[in-house]
Amino acid sequence: MHDILQELADRRAAARMGGGERRIAAQHAKGKLSARERVELLLDDGSFEEFDTFVAHRCTDFGMDDSRPWGDGVVTGWGTVNGRLVYVFSQDFTVFGGSLSETHANKICKIMDMAIQNGAPIIGINDSGGARIQEGVMSLAGYAEVFQRNILGSGVVPQISLIMGPCAGGAVYSPAMTDFIFMVRDSSYMFVTGPDVVKTVTNEVVTAEELGGAHTHTTKSSVADAAFEDDLELLAETRRLIDFLPASNREKPPVRPFFDDPARVEPSLDTLVPDNPNQPYDMKELILKIADEGDFFEIQEGFARNIITGFIRLEGSTVGVVANQPMVLAGCLDIDSARKAARFVRFCDAFEIPILTLVDVPGFLPGTAQEYDGIIKHGAKLLFAYGEATVPKVTVITRKAYGGAYVVMASKHLRGDFNYAWPTSEIAVMGAKGAVEILYRSELDDADKIAARTSDYEDRFANPFVAAEHGFIDEVIMPQSTRRRVCRAFASLRNKKLSNPWKKHDNIPL
Amino acid sequence: MFKKILIANRGEIACRVIKTARRMGIATVAVASDADRKALHVQMADEVVHIGPAPAAQSYLVIDRIVQAIRDTGAEAVHPGYGFLSENPRFAAALAAEGVAFIGPPQGAIEAMGDKITSKKLAAEAGVSTVPGYMGLIGDAEEAVRIANQIGYPVMIKASAGGGGKGMRIAWNDAEAREGFQSSKNEAASSFGDDRIFIEKFVTQPRHIEIQVLADAHGNTIHLGERECSIQRRNQKVIEEAPSPFLDADTRAAMGAQACALAQAVGYTSAGTVEFIVDGERNFYFLEMNTRLQVEHPVTELITGIDLVEQMIRVAAGETLSIRQEDVRLNGWAMESRIYAEDPYRNFLPSTGRLTRYRPPAEVCSDTAVVRNDTGVTEGGEISMFYDPMIAKLCTWAPDRTRAIEEMRVALDAFELEGIGHNLPFLSAVMDHDRFVSGAITTAFIAEEFPEGFDGVTLDARLLRRVVAASVAMHRVAEVRRARISGRMDNHERRVGDAWVVLAQGERFAVTVAADRSGASVTFDDGATLRVASDWTPGDRLARLTVDDTPLVMKVGKISGGFRLRLRGAELKVRVLSPRHAELQALMPEKIPADMSKYLLCPMPGLVVALHVEEGAEVFEGQALATVEAMKMENILRAERRGTVGTIRASVGSSLAVDEIIMEFD
Repeated sequence: MHDILQELADRRAAARMGGGERRIAAQHAKGKLSARERVELLLDDGSFEEFDTFVAHRCTDFGMDDSRPWGDGVVTGWGTVNGRLVYVFSQDFTVFGGSLSETHANKICKIMDMAIQNGAPIIGINDSGGARIQEGVMSLAGYAEVFQRNILGSGVVPQISLIMGPCAGGAVYSPAMTDFIFMVRDSSYMFVTGPDVVKTVTNEVVTAEELGGAHTHTTKSSVADAAFEDDLELLAETRRLIDFLPASNREKPPVRPFFDDPARVEPSLDTLVPDNPNQPYDMKELILKIADEGDFFEIQEGFARNIITGFIRLEGSTVGVVANQPMVLAGCLDIDSARKAARFVRFCDAFEIPILTLVDVPGFLPGTAQEYDGIIKHGAKLLFAYGEATVPKVTVITRKAYGGAYVVMASKHLRGDFNYAWPTSEIAVMGAKGAVEILYRSELDDADKIAARTSDYEDRFANPFVAAEHGFIDEVIMPQSTRRRVCRAFASLRNKKLSNPWKKHDNIPL
Repeated sequence: MFKKILIANRGEIACRVIKTARRMGIATVAVASDADRKALHVQMADEVVHIGPAPAAQSYLVIDRIVQAIRDTGAEAVHPGYGFLSENPRFAAALAAEGVAFIGPPQGAIEAMGDKITSKKLAAEAGVSTVPGYMGLIGDAEEAVRIANQIGYPVMIKASAGGGGKGMRIAWNDAEAREGFQSSKNEAASSFGDDRIFIEKFVTQPRHIEIQVLADAHGNTIHLGERECSIQRRNQKVIEEAPSPFLDADTRAAMGAQACALAQAVGYTSAGTVEFIVDGERNFYFLEMNTRLQVEHPVTELITGIDLVEQMIRVAAGETLSIRQEDVRLNGWAMESRIYAEDPYRNFLPSTGRLTRYRPPAEVCSDTAVVRNDTGVTEGGEISMFYDPMIAKLCTWAPDRTRAIEEMRVALDAFELEGIGHNLPFLSAVMDHDRFVSGAITTAFIAEEFPEGFDGVTLDARLLRRVVAASVAMHRVAEVRRARISGRMDNHERRVGDAWVVLAQGERFAVTVAADRSGASVTFDDGATLRVASDWTPGDRLARLTVDDTPLVMKVGKISGGFRLRLRGAELKVRVLSPRHAELQALMPEKIPADMSKYLLCPMPGLVVALHVEEGAEVFEGQALATVEAMKMENILRAERRGTVGTIRASVGSSLAVDEIIMEFD
């Protein structure tokens, strides 16, 4: 009997060594943790339960049958994050460079199926050289099986991709379809075609880091949602993100004990909006002063900084925040910011996360660059996302809400539940100067007259009260009481029920 | 007594005056520029008069505007505060012409003391000790030696036209005097084309000590002891205290008597300050007289119990001083820290902007401790470029100097100030400096002890351990809360561990924590245990703990896997990791901060409306480099690190695309 137990122990020990000590040391030398170390840090201590420890590949070509390590280059299983169930796979670069074989893919698919069935997030740790060439089309089929599950799982369970090494070629399309992508600075990259191919085809000389490193994807391409200094920080922050997310679309977002008075008054918000309408201010200050304990998990911080997206908690419950940032491009909407915010709004709506929208938007960014690249359709994405969202929606206008951008930013007309405005807000079809130039074109030569007209327009329209007269604003609120107002609004919406007409799916302007 | 007074000032001093006036039942009128419409002094006053645009030269310094405000409101008297018009004789004259009382000295006294040479002459005539020197022309080296002997060594030999240390020599004996005279003369001739030389006493180990005087219009003049103001940075006072740790009763009495004599000689009334320079042997010499309320007056108030503003108002109303010299008792010790919007890490560069957080420590007034904060700002207020960068004056009082310093340390640790750069860490560093604590200070203290500027403080081993213990206790609270999130797998909850590794200030501490109802006991791997009691909960920005029965106050920020802590002038990133985390952390590469770009790029398409630096300029991190207008918004672009500006590629008015180069750095 003892021998049998010992054999299990021995086999496990062998499986856990992955590609062996030498390769693990090489992984460490690159500043990267091993696949199992990553799982260990991601999950609660001792909570990991492994599946398919002894799976081995079935390839016999190219001498592959000589080497059939257990696990086949990916560690899969489940565990808990702060006691909540999650499923995880972690590619092992020390075994065949983490390359994806048929059996490797099968392992991933198994835990994805379980996650979708059981309603828990999937966290994929990517560190792979790509397809296992020796297996040819079987490897491609494996990718496709994973993709299909990413697609079916989308909107059902949160899917998070952690890029912690190479992720190239077809492999990028699995993370691409997940909800969030996190990258490690300097030791991870993603691209469809690598620097060598790029050079051959286009003669461009570019490093892997420049082509698809964390900086590129968090600031230029918007492929990744956040970048972190090292493996440890990335894993710790992933745990922090999971604490904000519901386990599936069947459950409400989690609630955590909180130590912050929902009625906390912030007198300093009364002076947040400067007297000069052309002076920017930092919208993040408002977010931090509304949030429980000033805790904000920002998504896509480095991209399209004219809009801010991320998660806060109010009374311990998760709320998604979308906010115009007057510090960048005056907070206007453009292609990038509309795409960024639209995707975030749709994530929140898919997972029953209420949305708080903070508005200071002077309009859409003008210019040929924007029009040629299709601002019409990209801007429509955000409009569409807000309009279709059925989760509780609370909106606070702090200053400008002009024109079409006013409508887009979770206005009353798009089924906003609570639409508040600060006394400093200006809800109008456009700014006074622009409006007067159109309305009084014949008087443009007379500066005094125009000044008087502008002043009249400001008195009449540069305030929240015209909109309030029409009920487009539910109440004009004191800035200092914003947290209390917003908390109470969401509290009253906890049992909100709203559904859209039946459809197979919508046709959002992609 | 007056029914209504106007305060011709702003900021903390206006608020300070309003407080006393209100207590005396006097209505107050504030004046405000455009920049101060929402300022605290405006909120506190009973009436407000707008007096013009933000620059002081167009508002607070315009006598006509103030006079108009007086007429409009019917104020009977004006308190000028300090700065602005407080020592302007024309202002005093204008008020006299209006028949309005000036809460300050007579015009003649302001004039007499306003001129350095006249005031020195008057002081000498009044029997006040002045720095001995010889102002006449000195013919040759032997004459120089003779004069030096009359003055007494050491002496300073200076070129009349001198400046910047050129043509200046210090001589300690005849030989040096002879040689110094010759070299000064040569240097003066070559540098300034003027070889006239004079000699004066060289004051060694100089301290700045000043006497507070108070006089009424009925011939009564008293002094309220001294203030030591030696902690200065480039002649700007930073920390003051009363009494001075250096003076003895005889010296104090002698200085006080001379200060009173001078005040009487010039017909002084109201509160005034006679500044002295004091050498290592307690010889004191007159510097100048300030004919107004001093910034640092609260330390005198704290040790005498006399409200100086009240006395000024009473004197201005013609009352007789109710305090006699023998009534003045110096009780305990008071400290004042001036909190400036100046970033000590950036060579004390002024910092402006919004006070996103401003929570001074609670004011305390008991028999054993006083905490007083004179301020003119509130959270959400703006520190503008138009005025003095002083945010507040934090004062503490205790029965003795040691305890007053300790009160100040804790009060500084509890002072929350965010949104702008400020000197709180520097003030803390001085309060913990051995030489400051010993009282052996001179006006050169900061230059001598912080010659390279200020780079923050490294905590000593004992304090670091206490911080580590506190961090573990706090981290445990935060982790237990995280493990109580909803949606857990029943019966399979996360158990928060007891063993932790703390990485702080480059050191590694392995500890175990045992928590109970009232706190936690943290045991280090050498067996030592520290008891931490706290009611800190996650999100609290200020942690008030007791570690081993001693209070520990820290400002707390969250970072991944730990805290950013600020206390005692130090800023630490403390990481609290499980032992396994710590083991794996050791495998992580240490990342060298990436070499910042050598270019300032335009972050958005826009128009360059201003360039704030010139080619070749040295810039500090955070310094404004250029302003770019985009979407009608003015965005200030700042230096991300220290450097020298190389070529400036853009010019004012140029329209730039994203990532276009504005300037290069060398």
